[in-house]
Amino acid sequence: MSSVAVHPIVDHNVPPGEPPHIHHMDTPTAYGAAKLGMWLFLATEILLFAVMFCSFAIMRYYHLAEFHDASKNLNVWLGGLNTAVLLFSSFTAAVAVTKAQKGDNKGVVRNFGISVACGLIFLIIKSIEYSGKAHHGMFPFFGYNSNFYEFKNFLGLYYCMTGLHALHVIIGMAVMYWYGIRPALHNRFSGKYFTPVELGALYWHLVDLIWIYLFPLLYLVG
Amino acid sequence: MAHSHSHSHGHDELGHVVPESTFLKILVALLVLTVVTVLAAQVDLGKWNIVGALFIATVKATLVIAVFMHGKYENKIIITYMIIPFILLAVMILGVFTDDPFRAHPLPFGAEASQEAAPVAPKAHAHH
Repeated sequence: MSSVAVHPIVDHNVPPGEPPHIHHMDTPTAYGAAKLGMWLFLATEILLFAVMFCSFAIMRYYHLAEFHDASKNLNVWLGGLNTAVLLFSSFTAAVAVTKAQKGDNKGVVRNFGISVACGLIFLIIKSIEYSGKAHHGMFPFFGYNSNFYEFKNFLGLYYCMTGLHALHVIIGMAVMYWYGIRPALHNRFSGKYFTPVELGALYWHLVDLIWIYLFPLLYLVG
Repeated sequence: MAHSHSHSHGHDELGHVVPESTFLKILVALLVLTVVTVLAAQVDLGKWNIVGALFIATVKATLVIAVFMHGKYENKIIITYMIIPFILLAVMILGVFTDDPFRAHPLPFGAEASQEAAPVAPKAHAHH
């Protein structure tokens, strides 16, 4: 019990499936407020990436030919495979919410588990790509080998955008484990209480959403 | 200690339960659109390549937001929260593109130091 007691969702001294007690709020109000707060947070996340998309747009406008050439250095197959992996993980995250709403805690563990595993596969493929780039002298932060100097604008944006996205993948995996899988192992969720599963899934869908734009911009059209 | 009071507000159900089969259909659509966008990029359509790629990406993003994220079942406040960042992004891009191209640009940072590394100096931008 002592290991369970430290968990913010598991420990509320309420029976499994019951919502935690939030003073001055009934359950539907607390649910709506939590979701509204999550969407506000997602809006700020989109704005964080918006700055980079804006930088990409203006740099591409100035250096169109360089961007086209630099883009050809990226592996479309690895990028496309990663797109499929993320789309599938987003699907299982969405299914996990339905499972939680039906009170199927094992289903939450299974589907969020698949999403976390897909996040890991995504990161492995991404690191294969990064090490391939580094092998050819396209390093982030340390400047570029003279063959790639003209690509520095594209590569700088590539590393910033995919790096920040990869950070979000890591955080999303942690969120799905801590707020989804771990409480579900304690049969925490039911049709009355599934807020953490839904908010965790929303975060993971955002990660997918950003990649839906990153993949064609970086890998396909340059 | 038993919390037996039940919230009977007329609707016990929170949120909207979307069947798994709906999510599966959306996944198939998203994968098909990914293949379409990869194939479309192999054809040289000039500036229409990026227009097409962004259009397909926006269709995919709409499917994810509307179905995976339960967007089409949410209330007006949440839908407003979804739309505002995209409006702000459009304003930012519009602001940058109506300002930056009309300025004289100095040489890029570190360009002088890297002259040997870059025999062809990056273009200086002197649009008026």
